[in-house]
Amino acid sequence: MMQKRSATFSEWTDQRAPLVFILPAILIILLLAIFPLIISLYLSLSRFKFVKGGFSLKFIGWLNYEKLLVGSQQFHFIGSFGQLTPMEMAAIALVGLLLLWWLIRYFRQGPVTVPGLLGRLILTAGLLSLTWLVLFVLNQKGFPGTLVVTLFYVFFGVLIQFCIGLALALLCAQRIPARNFFRLVFFLPLMVTPVGIAYTFRMLVDTTKGPFAPIWEFFGWGAIAWVKDPWAARWVIVLGDSWQWTPFMFIVLLAALENQPRDQVEAAIVDGASRWQIFRDITWRAILPVSITVILIRIIEAFKIIDLPNVLTNGGPGIASESLTLHSFMAWRSLDLGGSAAVAYMLLFVSVFFSMSFINFARHRLKTA
Amino acid sequence: MKLLVHLFGTTVFALVIAGLLSLSLTPLMGQAMAGKYDGVTVNVMTFTGPQIAEPLQRRAPDFKKLTGATINVITVPFSDLYTKLLTDWVTGTNSVHAAVFAPQWMVDYVEPGYLEDLTDRIAKDPALQVDDIAPFFRDFSMRYGGRTYTITLDGDFQMVYYRTDLLEAAGFSPPETWDDYIKIARHFHGKDLNGDGKPDYGSSIAKKRNAQSYWMVTSVAACFIQSEGTKQGAFFDTETMRPLVNNEAFRRALEVYVETTKYGPPDEINLDVGDTRMLFTSGRAALSLDWGDIGTLAIDPKISKVQDKVGAVILPGSREVLDRATGKLMPCDSERCPNAINGVNHAPFAAYGGWSGGINAAAPKKVKNAVYDFFSYMCQPAQSNVDVTIGITGFNPYRISQFENLDNWIEAGMSRTAAENYLGAIKASLNSPNMVLDLRIPQNQRYQQIVLDTAIARLLAGEITIDQAVKGIEDGWEEITVELGRDEQLKVYRATLGW
Repeated sequence: MMQKRSATFSEWTDQRAPLVFILPAILIILLLAIFPLIISLYLSLSRFKFVKGGFSLKFIGWLNYEKLLVGSQQFHFIGSFGQLTPMEMAAIALVGLLLLWWLIRYFRQGPVTVPGLLGRLILTAGLLSLTWLVLFVLNQKGFPGTLVVTLFYVFFGVLIQFCIGLALALLCAQRIPARNFFRLVFFLPLMVTPVGIAYTFRMLVDTTKGPFAPIWEFFGWGAIAWVKDPWAARWVIVLGDSWQWTPFMFIVLLAALENQPRDQVEAAIVDGASRWQIFRDITWRAILPVSITVILIRIIEAFKIIDLPNVLTNGGPGIASESLTLHSFMAWRSLDLGGSAAVAYMLLFVSVFFSMSFINFARHRLKTA
Repeated sequence: MKLLVHLFGTTVFALVIAGLLSLSLTPLMGQAMAGKYDGVTVNVMTFTGPQIAEPLQRRAPDFKKLTGATINVITVPFSDLYTKLLTDWVTGTNSVHAAVFAPQWMVDYVEPGYLEDLTDRIAKDPALQVDDIAPFFRDFSMRYGGRTYTITLDGDFQMVYYRTDLLEAAGFSPPETWDDYIKIARHFHGKDLNGDGKPDYGSSIAKKRNAQSYWMVTSVAACFIQSEGTKQGAFFDTETMRPLVNNEAFRRALEVYVETTKYGPPDEINLDVGDTRMLFTSGRAALSLDWGDIGTLAIDPKISKVQDKVGAVILPGSREVLDRATGKLMPCDSERCPNAINGVNHAPFAAYGGWSGGINAAAPKKVKNAVYDFFSYMCQPAQSNVDVTIGITGFNPYRISQFENLDNWIEAGMSRTAAENYLGAIKASLNSPNMVLDLRIPQNQRYQQIVLDTAIARLLAGEITIDQAVKGIEDGWEEITVELGRDEQLKVYRATLGW
C-alpha cells in the first residue's frame, strides 16, 4: 500500500516537474516581455495627460494609428505622395503580374494548404502595397517618411554588410600571413559603442572641419555639406551602420566557412572544379543555413536603428534620415506616449512581416538547396 | 564749512560701514550656515553644459564649505531635459530634487503639483535681493498663477551681433530691419573675414533640428506679427486661439529665415548655438543671432579672435506689420506700430526666459531647504555679478545692478564702449513695451519643439515649401489645441500675456 502511494506521488511529481521547472521562465517572460507589450498596446490606443497629482490615460481608440496612416503624421510616417509617372505605374503592374504568376504557380504545383495560401496572400498584398508606396513617395514630388527610410536602411545596410562580411570571411579563411591579426582588426568595430561610431563618422564626413576637409577642398567640395542632401545623409548612416555591423556578419560567416566539409572541397579540387564552382556548389550550400540566420538577426536589428541617425544627422535634413525608432523616440520625448507606442507597434508589424516572409523564403531555399 | 566737513565725514563713515557690511555679508552668512546641511546630498538636474552646468558645478564646492551640503549636478542633453524631469517626478522616483530648466515649462510642472512654491521663502530671504532682479524675470519668468516657483539664474533675450570693424569699414550701420540684415550678410558672404585666406560667412544662425532653431525663427517673425505691445501676443490670436501663422507676416518671416541660410555656412542646418558661437567668435561670420552669450564669449582671450570687435543690437524690426483682420502685411503707422522707432517696429523676443532653478515639491524638507539656499546663493549679487560676465557660464545679466554697474564688465575684459553697447542692447530689449513673451501654455514644448521645429527643419532642408510649412504648423498647433481644449489653452495664454 505504502509502495503504491509512493509510486503515485512519484508519477504525480514526474508529471508536474516540467511545469514547475518551466514556470519561472514563463513568469519572467510574461513579466518582462508580454505584459509590457500589452500595456504598450493599450498606451497606443490612449492619450497621456498630466493631471493634478499624477497623470491620466484616456482611451481614444485608433486615433493614434489614424494620425500616422491618414492624419497629421502621415507625412512623417508614410511620407508625402507625389504623382506616378506611366513608367512607375508600369513598374507596379509588373510587380503585380509577377506576384500573380507566383500565386498561380503555387496553385499549380500544390499541395495548397490554408496557412500556406494565407501566408502567400498576405505576402502578395504586403509587397504590392510596399511597391506602390515606395514608388509614390520616392518620385520627384514625393518624400519618403520614416517607414520607407527605415526599409532603405534595412535593405541596403544588410545587403552591404553581408557582401563585405562574406568577402572578408572568405579572405580570412585562406591561409594568409597575419590571419589572426586581420580577424581581430575586422572584428573591432563591433565592440565600439554606436554613439561613438556616429560621432566618429560625423567628424570623418565633415567637409569643413573634418580630417578629410583638405581633400574635399582640393576637389572643390569644401562648400558642399552632405547633411543638406537627403540621400547623402541616408547613405552616410548606412555607411556607419555597415562599418559597425559588417564584423558581426564576418565573424559568424568565418565560423561557418571553417566548418564546411573539407573532404568535399578537396574532392572537388581533385576533380578539377574551379573556385567559383566550389563556392557555388559546396561552400554556399554549407554556409546557407548560417547565412539565413545571420541575415535574419541583422534584419530584426536593423529595423531598430536609432543611434546613428540620432547622433549623425538628428534625423535631418528635415526628417529625411529619421528611422522609425527615432520617430517613436521623438514622440516619446515630447510626452506623446500614445503616438510613440503607435509608431512602435507599426514597427513591430512591419518587422514581423518582413522577418516571417524572409523565414518562409529561406525555408523554401533550404529545402531546394 | 564745518557743516560741510561734518557732512563729508558722516558720508564717508556711512560708506565705509556699508562697504564693510557688504564685504562681510557672505562670510557671515557662511558662519551662520556652517554645518547646517552636513550629510545632505542634493541632486540637481540641468542640461549637458558646459553652459549652465559649469557655474553650478564650480560653485557647488564653495557652497559645501559654507553649509555642508553636497550639490550633485546631473546633466542630460537639452532635448531630454523636459521629459527626464517629468518622468522622474511623475513616476514618483523623485531622484531629482531640483532642476535648472526653462521657466516656460513651468506650467507643466506646476499644474500637477511637482514644483515647490517658493513665494514665502523668497519673501524671507533678504540676501537674495529680489527687488534687484529685473521686473520681467521677477514678475513673469519666476512666477505662475501669482506665485513664485523658480529663482532666475540667467537673463535671456535674443539679439543680433555684428562685427563692428567690418561694418565700419564697409560703411554699414548695425542692421535696423531684417532687410538690412540680409543686405549686410550678402555683402560679407564669401569674403575672408578673419585673415586666414579662406572665404567666410555673412551670417551664422543655429538652425539645427531638436536644438534652438524654433526660437531663432520666432525672433525673426516677432517684429512682423506683434506691434501693439506685449499683450497682443505673437503666437495665437488672443480671442480665438487660432495660430498666427497662416498670414503674410509669418510667410515673410520664413522667407527671411530661409534667405539667411544662403549666407551661412554650408552645414548651417546642422549647427546649434555652440557651433555658431564658435564660428562668430573665431571671426568666421559677420552677423549672428543669439542670446547674450556671444557678448561675453567674445571677450574670452582663449577662444575669441574678435575681442573688442563685436557689437550687439536689439533684434532687427520691420517697416510692415501684420493686419490681423486681413492677414496682410501693412506699412507701419502711428496706429499700427505705436512703439516703432524711426518707423521700424521692433519686437525683442524673450526667448526661453532665462535658466531658472526650481525645487521638487516631493523632496525631503531638509533637501528642499538646502537646495533653496543653493539657488539663492547662486542668484545673490556676490556670485551672479561675476558669473554673468563669464562666457562659459551661459548666464546673461538679469539684475538691475548688473546693467548699471559697468565695473564688473570692464574687470572681465570688456571695454567701456563694448560693455555699454552690449548691455544697451539687452536693456533696449528688456525695456521694450513690445517685448514678445515666450510661449508658456500647457505642453508648449509640443507646439514649439515638435510641430514648429519639424516644419522649420523640413522647410530649410527643401522638403516642403513655405505654404506647406505654414499649413503644417497651423494644423499641428490646432490639433494640440483641440486635444487639450481650446478654451483652457486660451485662458492660460491670455493670462501669460497679462490679460
